[in-house]
Amino acid sequence: MSTQTQTERREPRFAHSVGLVAGREISTKLRSKAFVISTLVLMAGVLVSVVLSSLFGGQEGPTKVAVVGAASEVVAAAPTLEGVPADDLDAAEQLLRDGDVDAVVAPSETVAAAGIETTAPAEASELADLTVIGLDQQPQGVMGALAAYPSAAVLDPAPVDAGLAYLVAFGFGIVFFFAALTFGSTIAQAVVEEKQTRIVEILLSTVSARALLTGKVLGNAALALGQVVAIAVIAILGLAVTGQQILLGGLGISVAWFIVFFAFGFLLLSALFAATAATVSRVEDVGSVTMPVMMLVMIPYFLIIFFNDNPTVLAVMSYVPFSAPVGMPMRIFLEQAAWWEPLLSLAILIGTTAVALLIGDRIYRNSLLRMGARVPFMEALRGR
Amino acid sequence: MLELTGITKRYGDRLALDDVTFAVGDGRLTGFVGGNGAGKTTTMRIALGVLASDAGTVAIDGRPVDAADRRRFGYMPEERGLYPKMKLLEQTVYLARLHGWTPAAARRNATELLERLGLGERLNDTVESLSLGNQQRAQIAAALVHRPEVLVLDEPFSGLDPMAVETVQAVLADVAATGAPVIFSSHQLDVVERLCDDLVIIAAGRIRATGSRDELREQHGSQRWELLTSGDAGWIRGIPGIDVVGFDGGWALFEADSDASRRAVLAEAVSRGDVVSFTREQTTLAQIFKEVVQ
Repeated sequence: MSTQTQTERREPRFAHSVGLVAGREISTKLRSKAFVISTLVLMAGVLVSVVLSSLFGGQEGPTKVAVVGAASEVVAAAPTLEGVPADDLDAAEQLLRDGDVDAVVAPSETVAAAGIETTAPAEASELADLTVIGLDQQPQGVMGALAAYPSAAVLDPAPVDAGLAYLVAFGFGIVFFFAALTFGSTIAQAVVEEKQTRIVEILLSTVSARALLTGKVLGNAALALGQVVAIAVIAILGLAVTGQQILLGGLGISVAWFIVFFAFGFLLLSALFAATAATVSRVEDVGSVTMPVMMLVMIPYFLIIFFNDNPTVLAVMSYVPFSAPVGMPMRIFLEQAAWWEPLLSLAILIGTTAVALLIGDRIYRNSLLRMGARVPFMEALRGR
Repeated sequence: MLELTGITKRYGDRLALDDVTFAVGDGRLTGFVGGNGAGKTTTMRIALGVLASDAGTVAIDGRPVDAADRRRFGYMPEERGLYPKMKLLEQTVYLARLHGWTPAAARRNATELLERLGLGERLNDTVESLSLGNQQRAQIAAALVHRPEVLVLDEPFSGLDPMAVETVQAVLADVAATGAPVIFSSHQLDVVERLCDDLVIIAAGRIRATGSRDELREQHGSQRWELLTSGDAGWIRGIPGIDVVGFDGGWALFEADSDASRRAVLAEAVSRGDVVSFTREQTTLAQIFKEVVQ
């Protein structure tokens, strides 16, 4: 061995091999047009839905009404109305016809004096002295804003309204579902492709099966996590820019937890994807053999959508490792979880992930070189 | 020297390898010959550490082979395989880097090797876009790009066109000339016979014969001799202890029961006139193989 060769060739350490394998996974994926396009589409979709929710989300400013004379005091007292003073009824009518205001509020006698026909006033009250004029229909919103309500109370105040909770549940569910499915099946495909093209034998003569598996899982996990973080950033930025701070307050913390849970949940699933895929030899068989793992991804998705208003189901989901990445952040968002609960659930998830990685590594190692028929699960586990 | 000692491997109830023991000498091209299912691929996989054996040891230069040693092995599996969608140069560099080469050195090695194999124009093509012959060459590059110090090749010549066979032969000879042990399996007994210094013959999971090509020929050589004279050789039937197997004018193929009767034939031929040739019949590897395996 020449000295030149010695400096150019070093005994590769485990981490070095893992890094090379992960690097190849990432660069292959980033160069795949399908991946880049689907990521961009996903991000655009998130952005569009955030913007749309700001447009139709009922987050408008106060309704403008033209006020004439004594009506201005009453309108000023109504929080959702903004009074635009008009000199007289004619000026107010002009504002209404120009679309500058949604309604005119004027003293009833002024309206009566102008000869405009009105509905019969309500029971005698201070509102009876006022008339609300709309352009082509009765302005119910303005009338409601001026109406007197009895005072109200709730026994168990919900921190967020049900519609919002559904949206957030759907968001967590779909992001986890898509990322786990996309990258999980990428891993499964890649494992079988290496088997099918037989390059795995060359690889195994150089690197250990464990380094190969670890590199594959970490490379795809990095991509998946990158995608999820990018989506989270886009969603949060979008919410901030469109001024939907109400959503942000509670969501920020649960999104952060979601990312942490996602990271481990993804490792868990990808170990299972890799291990199950390793037992078959043809890409055509990947679908059927990874079906049980697919179910583990899909079930939490449907559960969260159908049961996001059921605290018991959510509580169970937030501790079952496969659904915890969706269930626990949801409970945090709904303020149903005590401070220690995410930590306990995370510990359970990490423990399960460690076991899955050990078993996955074993199955992977024992199945990689067995071509042909599917390797039975117990044989893969025992190593024959 | 690469030594396999007492390698045993079971697949369920089937004994795939039974006490396989042989050595591959430094700088020796060793041919590994056996029928289908004889255990060649299993043996090679075990030597590479890709497969675990149930018993036995693999040693290099007298000590057990470890993972670091194996990274200095070059391996060509029976089933060819590379990443179909990865570019040729990139892929070859990747494999060299997995073996521990720095990026710059890996790139240099890979480029040199691919150019030598006639793939210089194809460096940035994906493997799937190459012709079958070029894919085979790419496979050879994958086995050699890390400058292995031991070479284990499973059927390196199968499916190669004659040009590629020549390239691979030259490459194998080069590697052996650097003092590396080289072992390859093949069905093509003529290639093995032409190329190999040593032979290992395996059948049904057991090693049937090992040794240098010439030793094996000696051991399993026939007791038949060929005489070619310018005149008629019919007199040969009269010499005691001689059994004529083939005869045609001045040519005779015969078996002699002793060295004395063989010498008597030669002496008689010389006394009668012109001897064109007097040789022992050449034993082909195919004959040896058949004899050993039965």
